[in-house]
Amino acid sequence: MAGVRALGALSRITARRYVLSGKIVLNSFDLSFFLARTHVNYEVKEDVAVIRMNDPNSKVNTLSVRMQNEMIEVFNEVLANDAVHSAVLISSKPGCFIAGADINMIQACNTSEEVTKLSQEGQKMFERIEKSPKPIVAAINGSCLGGGLEFAIACQYRVATKSKKTVLGTPEVMLGLLPGAGGTQRLPKMVGIPGAFDMMLTGRNIKADKAKKMGLVHQLVDPLGPGLKSPEERTIEYLEEVAIQCARGIVHKKILLTKKKGMMQKVQDYVMGIAFVRQQIYKNVNGKVMKMSKGLYPAPLKIIESVKAGLEQGPDSGYLAEAQNFGKLAMTSESNALIGLYHGQVACKKNRFGVPERPVKNLAILGAGLMGAGIAQVTVDKGIHTVLKDTTVEGLSRGQQQVYKGLNDKIKKKAITSFERDSTLSSLTGQLDYSGFEKADMVIEAVFEDINIKHRVIKEVEAVIPPHCIFATNTSALPIKDIAAASMRPEKVIGMHYFSPVDKMQLLEIITTDKTSKDTTASAVAVGLKQGKVIIVVGDGPGFYTTRCLAPMLAEAVRVLQEGVNPKKLDALTTGFGFPVGAATLADEVGIDVAAHVAEDLGKAFGSRFGGGNVDVLKTMVERGFKGRKSGKGCYVYTPGLKSKDVNPDIDDLLEKFKLTPNPSVSSDSDVQYRLVSRFVNEAVMCLQEGILNGPVEGDIGAVFGLGFPPCLGGPFRFVDTFGADKLVEKMRRYEEVYGNHFTPCQLLLDHAKDSNKRFHK
Amino acid sequence: SLCTSNIISNILPPVSLWTGTAVRYLDKKESVKPVISTGSEQRKVQTKSKKTLAKPGVKNIVLVEGVRTPFLLSGTTYADLMPHDLARAALQGLLHKTSLPKDAVDYIIYGTVIQEVKTSNVAREASLGAGFSDKIPSHTVTMACISSNVAMTTGVGLITAGQCDTIVAGGVEFMSDVPIRHSRKMRKTMLALNRAKTLGQRLSLIGSIRMAHLTPELPAVAEFSTAETMGHSADRLAAAFGVTRLEQDEFALRSHTLAKQAQDAGLLSDVISFKVPGRDTVAKDNGIRPSSMEQLAKLKPAFIKPHGTVTAANSSFLTDGASAVLIMSEEKALAMGYKPKAYLRDFVFVSQDPKDQLLLGPAYGTPKVLARAGLTMDDIDVFEFHEAFAGQIMANLKALDSDWFAQTYMGRKVKVGAPAMEKFNLWGGSLSLGHPFGATGCRLVTTVAHRLLKEGGQYGLVAACAAGGQGHAMVIEAYPQ
Repeated sequence: MAGVRALGALSRITARRYVLSGKIVLNSFDLSFFLARTHVNYEVKEDVAVIRMNDPNSKVNTLSVRMQNEMIEVFNEVLANDAVHSAVLISSKPGCFIAGADINMIQACNTSEEVTKLSQEGQKMFERIEKSPKPIVAAINGSCLGGGLEFAIACQYRVATKSKKTVLGTPEVMLGLLPGAGGTQRLPKMVGIPGAFDMMLTGRNIKADKAKKMGLVHQLVDPLGPGLKSPEERTIEYLEEVAIQCARGIVHKKILLTKKKGMMQKVQDYVMGIAFVRQQIYKNVNGKVMKMSKGLYPAPLKIIESVKAGLEQGPDSGYLAEAQNFGKLAMTSESNALIGLYHGQVACKKNRFGVPERPVKNLAILGAGLMGAGIAQVTVDKGIHTVLKDTTVEGLSRGQQQVYKGLNDKIKKKAITSFERDSTLSSLTGQLDYSGFEKADMVIEAVFEDINIKHRVIKEVEAVIPPHCIFATNTSALPIKDIAAASMRPEKVIGMHYFSPVDKMQLLEIITTDKTSKDTTASAVAVGLKQGKVIIVVGDGPGFYTTRCLAPMLAEAVRVLQEGVNPKKLDALTTGFGFPVGAATLADEVGIDVAAHVAEDLGKAFGSRFGGGNVDVLKTMVERGFKGRKSGKGCYVYTPGLKSKDVNPDIDDLLEKFKLTPNPSVSSDSDVQYRLVSRFVNEAVMCLQEGILNGPVEGDIGAVFGLGFPPCLGGPFRFVDTFGADKLVEKMRRYEEVYGNHFTPCQLLLDHAKDSNKRFHK
Repeated sequence: SLCTSNIISNILPPVSLWTGTAVRYLDKKESVKPVISTGSEQRKVQTKSKKTLAKPGVKNIVLVEGVRTPFLLSGTTYADLMPHDLARAALQGLLHKTSLPKDAVDYIIYGTVIQEVKTSNVAREASLGAGFSDKIPSHTVTMACISSNVAMTTGVGLITAGQCDTIVAGGVEFMSDVPIRHSRKMRKTMLALNRAKTLGQRLSLIGSIRMAHLTPELPAVAEFSTAETMGHSADRLAAAFGVTRLEQDEFALRSHTLAKQAQDAGLLSDVISFKVPGRDTVAKDNGIRPSSMEQLAKLKPAFIKPHGTVTAANSSFLTDGASAVLIMSEEKALAMGYKPKAYLRDFVFVSQDPKDQLLLGPAYGTPKVLARAGLTMDDIDVFEFHEAFAGQIMANLKALDSDWFAQTYMGRKVKVGAPAMEKFNLWGGSLSLGHPFGATGCRLVTTVAHRLLKEGGQYGLVAACAAGGQGHAMVIEAYPQ
């Protein structure tokens, strides 16, 4: 039943990497402003001023008001000091140069004008840096993102370490913002128009070597190993030494800031100098953005607009456009939603259950299928010895190959070396028996989704594992307490619901029963965090949280199909609402058989509320072999090697048999979209109402990262806040009149509809 | 007999080097800085914290003799030879110098790094070619730059275990020619061609060859596990220990200056003359080039650009050369009438992270072998460390002299301290004499023995680093004269 988690592609597209600039700063009244400098200091080494940044209250440096003010002070002193001819800008924190602007500084603003002003202040500061008569060398070790990157590119020269932690990028777009301190103006000049668009529109992190190739940094420094100090400390020192040499080199004209242009560069500059070519690029990029974002995300368009203003109308217009657009974006609901997700993700990367009594060092996985091997893949490279057990040599060998391929693909992307692959794989043991299970600290079963098989397995395993060992079950719908019923120690039983493909999907849904101990939960969360997962911990019940939200939406999708909307149209409607994958494609990816199974099971558990489409549609499809992508046919026909897919011609025939007459009053495109979404959202709210969910934050994170709920809406709870519970209830009532209790709003939703002050998020 | 006379004419006994050695040495004494011990006459052995490292019930193993071919820059006079030719020359030199009967050896072991595929067991090919009895088994070992150290310690093991009494160990490296392979694609095609049965199959295989097939595969210069070249790692190591360019250049200059003095003074008595077929007789190392600090400062960094500190001049160069030693149980040596040069005592092999501690073998090996032997740094009179890079040597010295490093990385309470420079590599080192990877270990051991004889010390210490993050150290005790 791996399929239910085949929602892989979903959140990959947009909600992938929010690990970026922000930092939560307590906005307490800051008296220390009047005291000595705490964030920025400098030391004059002969003729070079070494400016060191270090936020004493955080693991990372951010461009907070405090940091900026102290920086300006220091900068003024450095300029005024005649003994100083150049400066080096460096962070004292290992692993972080500047991680970005302070998000809270932006969120504290109430109007777009205020944000525009913030942006203009940043622009002004960096303009002074750029025009500094004394060259400034940015010495970068660790993350140099967002405002940090904008600071660095305002400097005259950049030296970066080749450390794995050194990444440069402009991730603002992932928060629905744009680089608002000169980034949209400087980047195109520095790395070319296409390169700049690529950076700013994808927000991706760029590693040091790539940055050097792109022209983003001038020189690279290797990270050092053990010496007379710790590697981290000495590497920063070494970086500083090299940067000081560079600063002196610039002053003594040994290093020229204007590089001789190569032939390629000249040609490129010439081509980019043609207005027509630039227009084509804007058009092309705009088209791509519209196609991918369906126009639901305003930030990419504003980025293009700001770049264009600078290049076509000159810097004054460019900087103004950047500041104004930044102000506008900060006030959008999309940005609010994305920032909410960012904070939520940070929260779901913490273990609220504390430190487990003993760390999991040996982990055994039962079942080497897609899920089992996927779990092995994300575990084995985290320093955990992993046993992968299957019942047949063929099954085991397929699973081992999956793990191998996953690591091998990383070599192709140059993320690891072949040596690292080999040494990682040395921590993986494939086997057919239970030998060595007496050393296991945790067992995760990923066997077939059948309660009888799960019961057999739990008994077999409990006969061989030590008393402290945790038994985690990877199921997508079976209630954990039913599985735990066969256990001799239910306090050690927990659900760990992974999503497929495990190595790509960030979410892990952990399910606890009434009997699960806190230490068991803490241990499961700790393992999940090690595996790099974003974790929600939910209560037990049929379908837990994620599967339960998805089921009514799929039931509605089937009804929509029965009402004569073809799969392509259904997909267009859902993606048009912001889902990364359309509902019909999703059903194919999940597997029609799995969908049928879940629909039936949850239908039994929750009764007629989960009705809508006829389950027999799915069952008939399964009977005819249309199981979705895995069988080559589902709603669509899949030809290996072909990316495009056509609607399965036999499906019309089949749907004809189950044809329903649509009611025109609830069948407009918009109504179909809201019918699908409102059932999802209502079920999510009901999960909160019933205590399945711990809070709306986890609900939003689970829906977006696990099911692909539109990230621009920020998750079902943020959606209710933004859209208005009353308006949603109003729509649902209208659908309820036609379809009955499928659309009856739950009590919590009604409460929110009644009182507009009630909000899920503050 | 024709054959024998040929061999003898190939190896001119290095008599010329011996004559007048002492006189010349004394003449030059004043100019030698730092001081190279005193006088040529035997200094009285000062009894150290331990009178001897002999252990009851453990066989004493002695170094009877050690020789080497001149170490030449690759691509010079040896260019047309094969590796086993060099090894053969060293073996014949040893035979000549010791007058050892050709069937009196129990086992022959050679170390090498880059293998010539035709002579993959180069020990066997060289010993047969050198005229040793074909009844003497021989095998080849490899452990990067400490390969001949492994050859020697393997011999020590065989003697200790009572398997053998007389061992010839040595090492050879030949960088003037290295195996350059066809690409994997091409090899695959060629092997398939071997198996092809019909003309059609053959033609279709030949037809499948593309330009990409023709790209050759050079022997890896980079560490396999990390893909980093050794010079790059050395530069990072130097930076990690804060070794400056100046320190490195100074050390390189010291090495060349001392090597030149030792060469001129005739101290490098392990070098045999070698008549290279078709070429001149070679009697001297040709890589010794004392230069000036100004000259050295002009060089650009070779690996990390533009701010690196390791240059061509402060690194060891690609070298061709071979070495050989005769190791015996003390009883056997005495029974055969030999006067041993030194005892081979405790030794250790160490290994650590091949990425960040690739070249720190001496720093890890030294305290460990001293502890095994129950000696302190002060007990050692003669240090011979393998000089891969000046930066690597300086880094190792700093590591040995750091309490923090000892505590953090070696699990020791305190440092053992750095060797005194007036005892350290006084006759030059790998930087100046050259570094044929597989052969350097025997040179180090022989040099310690010769220096102990010359300088009158009691204990000597050899230490070396090797690719793979490995290292070796050995304590050598002077044989009472």
